[in-house]
Amino acid sequence: MTVMRTRQAVIQALSDELESDPTVFLMGEDIGSGGPFKATEGLIEKFGEERVIDTPISEMAFLGAGVGAAAMGMRPVVEMMFIEFIGVALDQLTTQGAFYRYLSRGAYEVPLTIRAAAGAGLGFGCQHSQILDQWFRGNAGISLVIPSSPQSMYGLLRSAIRSNDPVVVLEHKALYGERGEVVTGEAGIIPIGKANVVSQGTDVTIVAIGSTVHTARAAMESQSEWSAEIIDLQTLIPWDKETVMKSVAKTGRLVVVEESSYSGGWGTEISSEVVSQLWGQLKAPPHRITSPDAPIPYAQELEKRYLPSPEYVVSQITALLKTGKCPAPWWEGFKS
Amino acid sequence: MTTSLVRRQALNTELGRLERMLEIRAVEESIQTLYNDGHVRGSTHLANGQEAVSVGIASVLRPTDVVTCTYRGHAAALALGVSPEGVLGEICGRVIGCSGGMGGSMHLMDASVGLMPTFAIVGAGLPVAAGVALAAKLKKNDSVALTIFGDGSTNIGAFHETLNMASIFKLPIIFVIENNLYGEYTRINLSTPISDLADRADSYAMRKEIVDGQDIDAVIKSISAAVDFARAGNGPSLIEAKTYRFSGHSRADPATYRTPGELDEWKKRDPLDIAAAKLIKQGDLTEKDLEELKSTIGVRVAKAIEVVLASEGPSLDSLLQHVSASRK
Repeated sequence: MTVMRTRQAVIQALSDELESDPTVFLMGEDIGSGGPFKATEGLIEKFGEERVIDTPISEMAFLGAGVGAAAMGMRPVVEMMFIEFIGVALDQLTTQGAFYRYLSRGAYEVPLTIRAAAGAGLGFGCQHSQILDQWFRGNAGISLVIPSSPQSMYGLLRSAIRSNDPVVVLEHKALYGERGEVVTGEAGIIPIGKANVVSQGTDVTIVAIGSTVHTARAAMESQSEWSAEIIDLQTLIPWDKETVMKSVAKTGRLVVVEESSYSGGWGTEISSEVVSQLWGQLKAPPHRITSPDAPIPYAQELEKRYLPSPEYVVSQITALLKTGKCPAPWWEGFKS
Repeated sequence: MTTSLVRRQALNTELGRLERMLEIRAVEESIQTLYNDGHVRGSTHLANGQEAVSVGIASVLRPTDVVTCTYRGHAAALALGVSPEGVLGEICGRVIGCSGGMGGSMHLMDASVGLMPTFAIVGAGLPVAAGVALAAKLKKNDSVALTIFGDGSTNIGAFHETLNMASIFKLPIIFVIENNLYGEYTRINLSTPISDLADRADSYAMRKEIVDGQDIDAVIKSISAAVDFARAGNGPSLIEAKTYRFSGHSRADPATYRTPGELDEWKKRDPLDIAAAKLIKQGDLTEKDLEELKSTIGVRVAKAIEVVLASEGPSLDSLLQHVSASRK
């Protein structure tokens, strides 16, 4: 076990896969120099320019090239420097790569990994701060993971590279600097589709992913009125229904904490599934704590307010437990 | 050896290539009837008039080379080796179709002869082909990728991004523009400020060539040179085949936008006539042989249609299969 930062866990996972599988290669903008988050630092020196390929600023070309190389039996790991950059290339993943297996009846597999820095909190403004998981939902053929710690970064990234289908790995940029203990090697690999129960509790199940795992934990630890079973989904597509249902069946209450905006957020699907499966066993309606339907503001105080904070999560859950009803989100009072 | 591979080998002779062009024409001409009879859904895009480009390409490439092609792909699929049953079966949504009836006219494929599922998004096949070429380069084998696309694709970002990247990386890839003068319903001069699209290679310091797409020998010569260049590790080429489609963009398009007389002028340069005339002139074929060949092909296509119509549609299970690795 080694203590490392999340960005170092990225490097370690990439390095271990490059080492163990000659078909793995990396491709992206400025990855040779390590990129803005130093998440590929040192790899070009170790593995050379044939396996760590710097590309022109042409996301459509190199994402599509990842799809094509994957269909030929390679395991490309394509980096989008910021997840928003995939907007100019999305066709290559969602309409092309995601469907080749289906269209070819399994003749062409696409073992492609797409890594991208994502998420708010560091003042990058609205075009470099989104989490954008919603762009990939409802698109058959794609998996999506959002690691929350150095360990889950290491374990999920390695699983993503080994997957025989396209996997999007959203690397939260505010977590790159976080330190934690990491078990490396086979023992450190985390399967796609499995959630992690972070804490045991009795009053409420909090479902979170990526940055909101930290928000949820801070919220729980800051008070003593209620205890929560916090579930780190780890994989959003496909999400671990079994673990969530088991927990909510026990606590009777579901609260989802999402970084993305309210409308169309992933919590809607989880809430719906929980109601469908556990109708009659719930002590309160499922509740979603999210960001508002607005672009992400730059000013520090506003960006902080935009994201669900631990204090906000505490006030929302405390109100839910007291009243048995979903409290209104903070922005309700600002509606014109 | 798969049927497709056997059919591919048949392109080794001039007569075999003429026969394949005639077959492509006959298969495409049967589609309207199949549509009228309610067997074809959605859209189809014919390549009649452009057969020499597809057959020329297929007779040069090895089956281990990989092709990405657009939704105007019946000709390329048949040329590369897919059987008439495979193509018509797919167009009719039957289980014997080359994609099991799951793709339709716009998504034909056959991995045994290197045809990836054809692309229904303009320009989308170019980046993927670059990735195929990159894989060949990384694996250090001498396979090449070839991507077939229309003049309309040269105005989409994927074209420019991919040409640039392919040039920088010196990828073993051949970009083939089938310039049939119309991007969907729009004449090229209304969408594109230059008439020789091969010139776009200049911006990417790429080898280029313009070729008469109606003359299969010219196509073969041009593709061979580009393939040799790529196999030798010298990088990509952009080839512009000047050609023409005798039909509209899709079944919905009666092509009323054509200049009067333009279609007739191009029909005088029908690639099938050009190839047949050459063989007759060489003494390798008589008019009678040609009529017999057309008749044989007519019977073959009619039989293929019988087989297709007797075939079932894909099972309900197949709807949920091959969505991901865990659902095989």
